[in-house]
Parts: sequence; C-alpha cells; structure tokens
Amino acid sequence: MSEDEEMYEHHAYDVIVIGAGGAGLRAAIESSARGARTALICKSLLGKAHTVMAEGGVAAALGNVWPEDNWQVHFRDTMRGGKMLNNWRMAQIHAQEAPDRVLELEEWGALFDRTKDGLILQRDFAGHRYARLAHVGDRTGLEMIRTLQNNAVHKGIDVFMECTVQRLLKDGERICGALAYWRETGRFVLFKSKAVVLATGGVGKCWKITSNSWEYTGDGHTLALEAGADLIDMECVQFHPTGMVWPPSVRGILVTEGVRGDGGILTNTENRRFMFDYITEYFKAETADNEAEADAWYTDHRNNRRPPELLPRDEVARSINSEVKAGRGTEHGGVYLDIASRKPADYIKKRLPSMYHQFKELAGVDITKEPMEVGPTCHYIMGGVRVEADTAATAVPGLFAAGEVAGGMHGSNRLGGNSLSDLLVFGRRAGLAAADYANAFEGTLTIDTQAVEETARWILEPFERSEGENPYAIHADLQECMQNLVGIIRTEDELKEALVEIEVLRERAGRTSVIGNRQYNPGWHLAMDLDSMLTVSEAVTRAAIERKESRGGHTREDYPSTDPALGRVNIVVRRADGGITITQDPLPQMPDDLRKLFEESS
Amino acid sequence: MIEKQVTMRIWRGNAEGGAFTEYVVPLAEGMVVLDVMFAIQATQAQDLALRWNCKAGKCGSCSAEINGNPRLMCMTRMDTFEPGETITVTPMKTFPLIKDLVTDVSFNYEVAKTMPAFKPKAPDADGKRRMYQEDIDRVQEFHKCIECFLCQNVCHVIRDHEENKRNFAGPRFFVRLAALEMHPLDVNDRRELIRKKAGLGFCNITKCCTEVCPEDIHITDNAIIPLKERVVSDHYDPVLKLWRTITRRKTERPEA
Repeated sequence: MSEDEEMYEHHAYDVIVIGAGGAGLRAAIESSARGARTALICKSLLGKAHTVMAEGGVAAALGNVWPEDNWQVHFRDTMRGGKMLNNWRMAQIHAQEAPDRVLELEEWGALFDRTKDGLILQRDFAGHRYARLAHVGDRTGLEMIRTLQNNAVHKGIDVFMECTVQRLLKDGERICGALAYWRETGRFVLFKSKAVVLATGGVGKCWKITSNSWEYTGDGHTLALEAGADLIDMECVQFHPTGMVWPPSVRGILVTEGVRGDGGILTNTENRRFMFDYITEYFKAETADNEAEADAWYTDHRNNRRPPELLPRDEVARSINSEVKAGRGTEHGGVYLDIASRKPADYIKKRLPSMYHQFKELAGVDITKEPMEVGPTCHYIMGGVRVEADTAATAVPGLFAAGEVAGGMHGSNRLGGNSLSDLLVFGRRAGLAAADYANAFEGTLTIDTQAVEETARWILEPFERSEGENPYAIHADLQECMQNLVGIIRTEDELKEALVEIEVLRERAGRTSVIGNRQYNPGWHLAMDLDSMLTVSEAVTRAAIERKESRGGHTREDYPSTDPALGRVNIVVRRADGGITITQDPLPQMPDDLRKLFEESS
Repeated sequence: MIEKQVTMRIWRGNAEGGAFTEYVVPLAEGMVVLDVMFAIQATQAQDLALRWNCKAGKCGSCSAEINGNPRLMCMTRMDTFEPGETITVTPMKTFPLIKDLVTDVSFNYEVAKTMPAFKPKAPDADGKRRMYQEDIDRVQEFHKCIECFLCQNVCHVIRDHEENKRNFAGPRFFVRLAALEMHPLDVNDRRELIRKKAGLGFCNITKCCTEVCPEDIHITDNAIIPLKERVVSDHYDPVLKLWRTITRRKTERPEA
C-alpha cells in the first residue's frame, strides 16, 4: 500500500451531498433519480439530523382547511414575515411548490394528521394568514426525515455516516471534491466529485442558549466562503421566542410555536397578556387589539383578526425580551406560556404529545395543569450561501446549497413551518441541478494534492501540541461572547467588542491541544468545528455592524427603526485576502405582478 | 454549603479492551445524565466518546445502559438516583463496541435496507388521497419510533445470540413492518419476508422491548402480536390464500 492509500480512503462520485437532514436527503434522492452517482455524507448517524427536531409542521398552501389559501397568500405572508428582504423568486418558487412536495411525502408513506374528510390537516402558525401547516402532532420533523430516509434507502445512494467534511476542493474555479474524516477512526476520506450540494444546516452552536445540536457549527457556511461563494444576510439570526428556561440544563430546548397556534397565550408575572402591548404598525391592520377578538379568531378567521401571540417570531422574541428586562419576567428570566387554562387536557396531549412529555420528564411540569416558563433561544439563521433561486447554484461552478445553509429565502425573519417546506422544495431543486450539471460535465478534474495535504496537516496539528488550549473552554467562551454581545438586541459598541473577542478566541483556537487518539475523539472534532464557528461568528458580527437598522431577526438598539434604503440591499460577506469583506448588493427586483400583492389591504 | 456532587463510573475503552473509570462531577438542578457527560468531556476527559443530538428525547442518539438499564442519557434525570449513589454507565451491549459509549449500530441500517418500500395504491378519482384519522392512529404510534435501538439492544434473541442477527430483524423492524402492513394506502405484500427473513417466529413475546421504549410504543401488543396473527393465519388458511391470490388484495385490517 502506498503512503497515499494508507493516509486517504478514495471515492469518486458525480454528486456528493453534505448533510443528511431534510434538504440533503431530498437532494440526494433527486440527484440519484436523475441518474447521477450520488453520495450522502453526514456528521451524525442517518436520521438524527436537525430536521428530526422540527415540531410544528410544514407550511404549504394545500387549502384543505381554508380553501381561500393559495400560493400567492403564502408568498405574501413569507415576504412580509421576512420584512421584504427575501429573494422574491425563492419565496415564489417555495410557495408554489411546497404543496407538491408535501403530497409527495404522502406518496412515500408519510402519515400527516387528517381533516374530518380524510385530507391532510393544517394548523395555525405565526405569520401565516390561514391554517397552513401539515403536521403530525408536534413531531412533524421526525415523520419527514424518516419518510425521506426510508425512501432514500432504496435509491442506491451511498451513505457516509459520522463523516465530517473539512474542506471543499477545487480544480481552478470548479468544484472537484472534498476532504473529510471518519469520526469513528479519524481516517481521511478524499472525495472526487463533479458537483457538491451543501445541506449542512445552521450555526446555532455559536450561542450559549440555543435549540440547536452539536452539529450546528456553520460548517457549510464556512466551506462555501472558503471555496469562494458569497454569504448574504448573515446578521439575520432567528431567536425563537419560546425555548425552555428552567431547569438550567434544559435552557434553550425548543417549545413549538404550535402551542400558540393551538390556543396558548403568553403572560407575564402580572398575569397580563402582554403581546397586546407590542403590536407594531407593520402588523396592526391584521392583528386583534383585544382578547375577545383574538380568542374568537381561532374558530372564525374571516371576521376576526389574529391574536398578537401569533405575530412573527422576531416580534414575539423581542417582546418577551422587553418584558423580562422590565422586571415582569419569572425568577428564571422567562415569561409564561399557558395552554393549560385554555384547552382541555386531552386536546393538549393529542396535539402536543412531545411537549407534554418533554416538560413532564425534564422540568417536572404538567402542561395540561400549569403554564410553561419560556424565553428566546437561538434557533435558525436566515442568512447563508447566496444561490440562484431556480437552481440553488452558488457562484462557484459545481457548488450548490439548499436548506438552512442557503440564504435569501426567508429574508430577515423566517416564518415557522417555512423551514421544512424550504428543505423539500430547494433540496429537490439543488439535487436536480447538481445532477444535471454533473451529467453535462465533460472533461477531467484534478485534485489539488497540495491543498489536501495542507488541510490534512492542519487537522492533525492539535495532536502535536501539548499543554495547549482546551477546545471546550474556547467554545464556552465563544458562546458567552455571542450570547452577550451579538444576541437579540445589538449595539455598535458591543458588536465591535465581540469582534475583538473573536480575534482573541481565534488565536487561542490556533493553539488547541487534544488528548487521546484519532478514534472517535469529540475533543478533537470540536477543535475542528471551532474553526467554522469562529468564521461564522465573525461573519454574523461584521454583517450586523454593517446593517445600521432594525429589521426582522436583526435588532439594533442604536438604530431601532427600519431604513428603507437598507431594505433594498443584502449585506454580502466574502473571503478576500485572508480576511472577510463586507459589501452591500441590491436585492433582486420583484416583477410588478407580484408587487401588486402587497398593495392590497392586508 | 458543600456543593452536591456525583460519582460516575463510566466504561472507557474500545474493541481491544477497557476498564471503568470514575469521575466526580458537581451537580446542578435538573441535570440529566447527558449533562454530566458533557461536564466530564469539558473538564476531565475531552476524548470521552458518546453520541447525542437533540437532548430532548427526539432523535434517539444517546442510548446507553445506566446502572444496567437501557435508557436515553438525555431523558434520565440525575435526581431519580439516590443521593450519594455511584452511577454506572456502559455502552449498549448488543452492538459491537467502537469506543467508550459509542457502539457500531450498522446492523440496524443493514436490516433497514431489506425492508421493502412503501407502495401506495392509486389515488381517489379526484387525484386526492383520503385516509381517516381513526385508521391511522395505530400506524402513527409506530411512526413515533426515534430509532434509539434500545429495543434491539434488550431483545434477548440477538443480545445473547450474535448468530441470530442474520435471521432476525428485531423489534424496531417489526414495528416498521407493522407500520407498512397497517398503512391504509400500502399495497406491497411482505408476509413471506416477515415470516422467513425477518424471523418473526424467533420472538417469544417477553415484552422486554416494550418496557424500554422511550416513546412508549406498545411494540409487543400492537406491532408484533398482530403481525404474528396475520402471518400465521395467512400461512395456514389455504382458502384465504387462494382468495387473495385471485383478488390480489391484502388482508382486512384488524380493528385499531
């Protein structure tokens, strides 16, 4: 065996898909169906990706509950929810194709909850004008990932589980593969591939209080940036309004928006439904200003306006934050989310079984009898890799991105339920375009062995150092920094302070040492993941400094209003000269026929 | 005030061998076993291998044996143990050890490949598919499976008899097969597979799987026994078999 063969396991594919959540699985299924030899690479075991944690549902204008729903209404809700920063074409494709993608899951064996006449039941969610979320109790993500997984198993896709991609490889301007390592053995895997689909999810592990798992370290954002692609809207991070707050060990775990969609209300320690105090001008016309109307809306959408608890997530998260700051929060720094006093126990257990279980087991709270304590938790990043709306293609030939890692679809704030549909719609389109690209590609690709060796050396460095920094300690400090300085409410001073701290942390991350060997070594894996977390943290912070206004998930205390001029641009992050550059690029222009949808009264 | 602490006795090692190592960890309110593991990784053993993802009982990654009981580490609260009790954590026994608490669960993914795909019947005349909630309640129970593989781990057919793995799919896949068989739209016929290759006959319904299921799926009563009834009655009823051959229809579904 040559030295190279000992060092690297070699594979060649037409398309490799990195990430096996909803977007990655859907992309791999499509790519394989187009005849491309396809590999699916994931950091965890198959079926454990973040999609499995999605609770409330998948948004699609099926019109099963409200026949007046259609793609135009969904499109309009999505754009308004994102405060018009969305890529209009992505939002349009998403709204138009989501119903087909949901029905396709049914075709593949998914069992959504049913209406009385046997169709897919749809539930209310924040920011959606009509009950629109196809769901399975509060475990929709599990149903979705398992359905995709069971389908993919029969498609001849090679799955590389517990395998982490550390670098994308290029031949000139083109993508030609990726360098990865097996988590189990620490051995390197060298993929040669005509096309790569990034479906790596988000970045939440940069924050201390988050609903995200260990995998969410911004790998795909960083891989794309290093390969020469653009990131947009990185300042737009979603803090979900309702995470668990007590006990400390569960802080940040998600509490589905379905609780509010199904009738739950938010109250403070003065027992006041405080969301009535936070109805912004932007949503005033469509939001109830009194409890009677808000409550009547659940059964009669036509003659009542929606309750303020169902304002988009950015609005509700900010409101909870303000209540706690004003001293009307619980002793643990949250507010109350109450469904116990609003709905019968049987209804709660049927509609929200996993919330019932989660609170009972982890917090000792019976949600059919007592209110929950909740507060904001870092949940999702709207920003991501800039892609072409129709093909999910990035600026780098052969590189595609779909799902949370891609930017544009959700603008400055994502509506609940629009993520699962995004994964399906753009996962499919990315897989399709990547396969077509690979199938049409003629020519040869040569792997840059110098780049491979350079990265391989860097990956192994922590083993060569002794008495270095502990990767866990650096991670904890980064989370503290991002939580305190780049959180829900931001100021220029704190953002600049964060940049200084990130720089210090980056130096420390260059001096990590790990104990043990290359076999399944989480300390070593974290040392690698720190690099991408630091990169995205810097990208988010720099973009947040650049956007001197408040919009969606990005709130500046020093610039509290929206600025119409900034509403017409994306903040673009690029890699240049070893550093990060920031520019403002104009948003794609929406055609007049779609623009008209926003002129009618809401 | 003396800080509360706990002694954890954790299996450290790989296929070549290993031993228990004790770690003393400070406790905070509401901690689960997985939190204690994180604390050990952060301060005492960076290379302690374990799997986790959601930390909320939804992904089924952090399966282990805690004081001998197969559990999810994320859903096992520290305050369920006696104060001062040393807590022993070992990897799942049925699967080959990789390192520490991480086992090679590829057996399950191999069995998954042998499960014939879902095959829907034609849609209604208007192109829609109708199913009624009462007809899918049972199957939705099966779809709650988070693939923690704890049922596979405790099933003595494979726990104590490695050689049976070749001929036995295990409780997780009986649940999957039951879900497919009872799906109102599915038309695939898997009875031969269930009887022969999946080895349903090996199961002598001791209900160990049901007891450890963190999702409270009634694996034995609702999945395995109905499958057994279906396979057995099909196999020994020549009239029914002939009728089915003629009409090419599946059995009537048992009442939910």
